[in-house]
Order: sequence, then structure tokens, then C-alpha cells
Amino acid sequence: MNHMKTNLPDTGNTGDVLPANHLGRRKFLSYLGMVGGGAAVLAACRKDKNNNGAPPGSIDLGSGDIGVLNYAYALEQLEAAFYTQVISTPYSGISSAEQSLLTDIRDHEIAHREFYKAVLGAKAIPSLQVNFSSINFSSRDNVLATAKAFEDLGVSAYNGAGQLLTNADYLLLAGKIVSVEARHAAYLRDLISNGSFADNTAVDANGLDLINKPIDVLNTAKTYLQSTLYGGNLPVK
Amino acid sequence: MHLQNIMDEIEKTDPEVYERLDTRRNAMQQFATLGGRIALAALPFALGGMFKRAYGQSTSTILNVLNYALTLEYLEAEFYTTGAASGIVPAGTPAVAAINTIRDHENEHVAFLKSTISSLGGMPVSKPTFDFTAKGTFSNVFTNYDTFLAVAQTFEDTGVRAYKGRAAELLGNSVVLSAALRIHSVEARHASHIRQMRSARGAIVKPWITGNDTGGIGSAVQANYNGEELTIQAGVNIAQFVSINAASESFDEPLTASQVQALVSPFIV
Repeated sequence: MNHMKTNLPDTGNTGDVLPANHLGRRKFLSYLGMVGGGAAVLAACRKDKNNNGAPPGSIDLGSGDIGVLNYAYALEQLEAAFYTQVISTPYSGISSAEQSLLTDIRDHEIAHREFYKAVLGAKAIPSLQVNFSSINFSSRDNVLATAKAFEDLGVSAYNGAGQLLTNADYLLLAGKIVSVEARHAAYLRDLISNGSFADNTAVDANGLDLINKPIDVLNTAKTYLQSTLYGGNLPVK
Repeated sequence: MHLQNIMDEIEKTDPEVYERLDTRRNAMQQFATLGGRIALAALPFALGGMFKRAYGQSTSTILNVLNYALTLEYLEAEFYTTGAASGIVPAGTPAVAAINTIRDHENEHVAFLKSTISSLGGMPVSKPTFDFTAKGTFSNVFTNYDTFLAVAQTFEDTGVRAYKGRAAELLGNSVVLSAALRIHSVEARHASHIRQMRSARGAIVKPWITGNDTGGIGSAVQANYNGEELTIQAGVNIAQFVSINAASESFDEPLTASQVQALVSPFIV
């Protein structure tokens, strides 16, 4: 497949009569309308090529318990990257208490991220590219609102993912993490408006917290990600 | 194999066997029908299926966990209901609304768990009689606001650990597991807020648990926090990534049912 790595017309390889080699890969793809606007066709081809349905260029979270752990790993990567930025460029008017506790939260999210990376080992998805262009890191209101949204999203994601796991050890580990995310969420909500730690935007009339399916969580998270995640192989209940 | 003897033996072990199997008469009729319909060799399997319906791992385990949770929610609900009515929460401060919010959630949890237990065919346990002084350890629990908050923090943090410790037993039932997880994270939100309330009153405490630190409450509740200092998770040393404190804070730890029972028993008359 060496010849596929070059875009130059291949005129020297007489042993191969495929048009790709006579025209060069770029021209061949162009011929089929696959360059630029033809991505959808390429996607269809890849799907046929046993790529588990993940669109080209996307990161497949995988299936089964490993998929669920990668899903959590992706969210922890997002949170860790966010708080790393918050601490490296603190918003104007940050108090020392806020600085201290937001640093704690950053460290917790880094701990979660690195934990998943270690546990998943070779099955871990790659490091994600984030896109925080919509966040104004110099604005306290904007940073805290985003942080609250991330924490509530994380709680809802873990609450929805528990039932997707089959391994009791993984469930316990996820449980150890989600309550810490809930502590964060409550703290951030109280920073925004004291007493809103568990108001009716977080807790329903039965006293139950937020819950979301992966598809909905990923749809929200994609605003903040350069990388494209594919959750189509995750377990469904 | 004598079915009558088998039933007699089971009855000695579990006096409620006929409630589980409907009635003794119906149970014996089921046996008779089974015996008439299927080959003798297959009878043990058929009996197994019948008993599984009565004692199935799923339902009986789930009801057991739900009744366990209900007992803890009774404790919290009555604690906050009593506290909110006692006048110990300073009037005219945001604390009133916060405590009322938590009180309402705990009462909602009680109602939700009772109805879930009933819908699964179980019998909700009745509410124990509580002693929130824990036999005198917290004698001023409803007359000293700081003691009240200290007990509140302990209940919330312990509640989080208790749910966590038994979630795996609910793996067979997605609906119940999800509901339990959703209660679990609400308790963690409560814990976070109560800890902030204590911090605002001068306690050295953060919204999360550092090591096995009680947040200045002291030896009376040390056992409720022991084990939280863990920094190795699934064989991964978390302290290689972040400080020891952050490593312990970033994971909350479970408690077993017997550990929780020991911690809660002083509060039950």
C-alpha cells in the first residue's frame, strides 16, 4: 500500500493497472468526487469497510464496558482541559478561596482523566482536542456558568451510564467519581447563586438528580470539542 | 422426594414462604400441576424456577437494598424535619431555605423508595424510632446549630458512602439502579452544601472529603470517614498524578451494609 501514501501521479509502476495508480490517489479521489465535498461518500465507503460505523476522522468510543469507560474518559478529558485553562488564566476578580477550590477541582479532574487512561491502557481513546473558543475565560460569570454546565452534565452522564455497565467493579469506580462531580456541581452552583446546589433545575419532584443518555451528553459536549466522538457502538438501554 | 417435607423445612426457615408463593394451598396446587405435567426428572428444574420467582436473586436482593436505603432516608428525613421545625436554623438567613430544600428531598426519597418497594411487590420497612443525640453523644443536636450541621454533614457523607456500597447489587435492574444513582448524587450535592455552610461558620472543611478528615467534628464521627483516605484505585496510584490530598478527594469511598449499620445504630432506639 506504499503507493497510496503519495499524491503524485505514479507513472513508474507498470505492474498495477488500477486507475488509482495511473491517475494518482488525489486525482482518483477527485474523479470519484471524494475530495472536499465528497466526504459523505468516503464515510459510506469506510462504513462498509468494517469501521464500526464511525464517521471518518471521528474517534470511536467503542462498545461494552470499555466503551462506557472511554465515554467517561472523554468527559474527564474535557473537564480537566477546561479547569487547566481556568487556573492558568484566572478570571478577573477571582477570590483566593475560589482560586484554591477551583484548583482542587482541576486536580480532581486530572486525577479522573489519568485514572481512566491508566485503566483503559491500550484500549483508551486518544487525547482529545478541545475547542473552548465559545468560552470567555476572563469572565467570572462565563467561567462559572460553563463549569456548572460541565459538572451537571458529568453527573447526568454518570447517572445514565451506570446501567450500561456490566462489571460491578467498574460501576463502583464510576460511583466513586460521580459523587465527587456532584460535590463540584453543588459548589459551583452555590458560587453562582447560594442555595442553588440542588434546586429544581437539578433535582426532580421525586428527589432524583439529572440523568442523560450518552447520545445527548455527546451532543452537548461536541460544542467544546475539536475532536469528533462517535458513540454509536456504546451499549443502549 | 416428598414435597410436603420440603415445604415444612422451608417453612421453618422462612415463615413467610407462603406469602412469597401466594398461599400454601396454591403452592401445593402448583406442585401438583407441575408434577402432572412434566417428567419427574425435570421436576427439580421446574421447582427451581418457581422458587426463583419467589426468592429470585434480582427481586429479593433489590428489595433488600431498597429497604436499607429507605431506613437511611427515614433517618435523614426525620432529622431535617425535626431540625427545620426546631428553630435551630437561624431565621432570616439563606440557611433556612437550604435546610428546607434538603428536608424536602429526603422526604421525597422516603416516598419514592416506599412506592418503588411496593411496586416491586415488597413491603417497605417501617420507620425506626430515632435518637438524634446518638445516646447523648450529640446531646445539643437541636439546640446548638454547629452540632446540628456537624450531624447533618456526617449523615450526608455517610449516606453517599452507603448508596455507593450497594449499587452493584442493583446491576440486574436498570430502572432501580438508575434511580439509586440519582439519589446518591443528590446526597453528594447536599453534603457539599452542608460542608460549605460549616466552612462559612469557621470550620476547616471543603465541599469534598480530604483524607479521612472529619472537618473538625472529631472522634465521634471518625469511623464515618475512615477509608476515605484511599489513593489507590483499581491498582492505579492516583497520587502519582496529583497531590495526596487531591488523590483522596477525587474519589469517594463506599461503606458496606454492616459498616453503615454500626455507624447508624447509635441513632436508632
